[in-house]
Amino acid sequence: MALDKSELEKIAHLARLHITKAESEEVMLRITDILALIDEMQSINTNDVAPLAHPLDLLQRLRTDEITERDYRDELQSLAPEAQEGLYLVPKVIE
Amino acid sequence: MIEKTVAEITAALNAGDISSVELTQAYLDRIIRFNDDLNAFITVCTDSALSQAKKADEKRAKGDTSPLLGIPLAHKDIFCTNGVTTSCGSRMLQNFVAPYDATIVEKLYQAGVVMLGKTNMDEFAMGSSNETSYFGPAKNPWDTARVPGGSSGGSAVAVAADLCAVATGTDTGGSIRQPAAFCGITGFKPSYGRVSRWGMIAFASSLDQAGSLSKTAEDAALMTNVMAGLDRKDSTSIDKPVEDYTASLSNSLDGLKIGIPKQHFAEGLSSEVEQAIREALVEYENLGAIIKEIDLPNNHLSVSVYYVIAPAEASANLSRYDGVRYGYRCEDPADLEDMYKRTRSEGFGEEVKRRIMVGTYALSAGFYDAYYRKAQKIRRLIKNDFVDAFKEVDVIIGPTSPHTAFEIGSKTDPVTMYLEDIYTIAVNLAGLPGISIPVGTAEGLPVGMHIVGNDFAEAKVLNVAHLFQQQTDWHRFKPTAFEKES
Repeated sequence: MALDKSELEKIAHLARLHITKAESEEVMLRITDILALIDEMQSINTNDVAPLAHPLDLLQRLRTDEITERDYRDELQSLAPEAQEGLYLVPKVIE
Repeated sequence: MIEKTVAEITAALNAGDISSVELTQAYLDRIIRFNDDLNAFITVCTDSALSQAKKADEKRAKGDTSPLLGIPLAHKDIFCTNGVTTSCGSRMLQNFVAPYDATIVEKLYQAGVVMLGKTNMDEFAMGSSNETSYFGPAKNPWDTARVPGGSSGGSAVAVAADLCAVATGTDTGGSIRQPAAFCGITGFKPSYGRVSRWGMIAFASSLDQAGSLSKTAEDAALMTNVMAGLDRKDSTSIDKPVEDYTASLSNSLDGLKIGIPKQHFAEGLSSEVEQAIREALVEYENLGAIIKEIDLPNNHLSVSVYYVIAPAEASANLSRYDGVRYGYRCEDPADLEDMYKRTRSEGFGEEVKRRIMVGTYALSAGFYDAYYRKAQKIRRLIKNDFVDAFKEVDVIIGPTSPHTAFEIGSKTDPVTMYLEDIYTIAVNLAGLPGISIPVGTAEGLPVGMHIVGNDFAEAKVLNVAHLFQQQTDWHRFKPTAFEKES
């Protein structure tokens, strides 16, 4: 399946990526190649096959609801590009 | 001493022939001398390594003889290390210093290892050549014009060129085994769930598994003894007792049934690689093993399936890099959306962006059934091929890669690069343990042989690899340019 320009723009937006006009031809071509590789799957009949999401057929483990970690807020927030008084700062969202 | 195995170094440390400080200094000297040529390390931890070595020597003086005490190792730069940068080979995390250690980092510290530094890798582990690293490619010590393989390329180079005794790596589609093959060392990926993924930066969560790059299968067993085990912080970590993987290393292979997948000896395999593997199989026959051809009829679909599942999971995992909580943020964003988009476009490299977009496409409305669900169904068929095969054989053996290390810059088309992992990917889809060991050379470059075991048959895989290394000395072959005195 070949990807067209509007589909590429839609995917890039969903992925929150910015593709410049100069890049878009090349990106489209490469992704179309990858989709062609993937399309090999479509020839296989999988009507009665149960999907395998994960190599281990495991159920999610439960644990008792208790605090096991201390508060790391200050250490973690110190990694942020911009933080102030315990808050993460981003460009203005509300006028 | 730097060229010795972990087991041999430990014996020398216990005998008092060398101290961990002397050994650590010897590796650090080599890193200073050769890292410009090889680009194996992104970060070197000179001071902390020497102080860890000193502590290890003090412990040993008090009678501690733990198997990895004082062993200088390197971690792939995908494992979070408290206080030391963890870049994941990306501009996005170039300045990221985790405030905690990954579970395996912590476990190895508890065992007394010395961390020399963090090794180069394909960006977010997406690559088979180490060329997608933001820090430039690591170079193959056998020929520095060639790639070391990837994504754990820096770890493979560091072990092969004696810049460390042993290293950690991660394997999502072949990222430990293929670089081990290209660099002439031993690379072991345990079963999915055997080693904790906590603190290991996620690429494709249903496929990622941590393991080791070492000089021998015996060293891989020593590393797995420490790394394996249940971790409550990783919900996919399995609650199954950890064996002593060194205990069964020398078990007899008399009567062992080895399956040879006909699909792994077909078109596309270099004749010299095939010859080296066939010669290795004769060694196994001499040890009493029985060779039998097997069929993995859906193996050829593994690359297609992988390039739906891995990008889909990656697109979800990498959505966390948004410029808000950690990592890179673009300059002067106009608004929030501009910040997200420019941060991610400037912070990620081409291959990472490509995979995020393929994954986003596969998961988008209207395409989920045709791509993601379809891939999961064929994943079941691929797993079932192995289930059937292991009813008849004990291990499966074939080449790790269709050819030896290729030249840097020679594979520019992503799909050609993806096909590099044709023999290794199915093992990740099925969650099985696999190892690559050196079994010969072709035109002066190492050839790797792939040994795959059934679910949680780590001990068997290591046993089969170890006995080959007892019979042969391919694991002692060294790239001459970086030999001890050169």
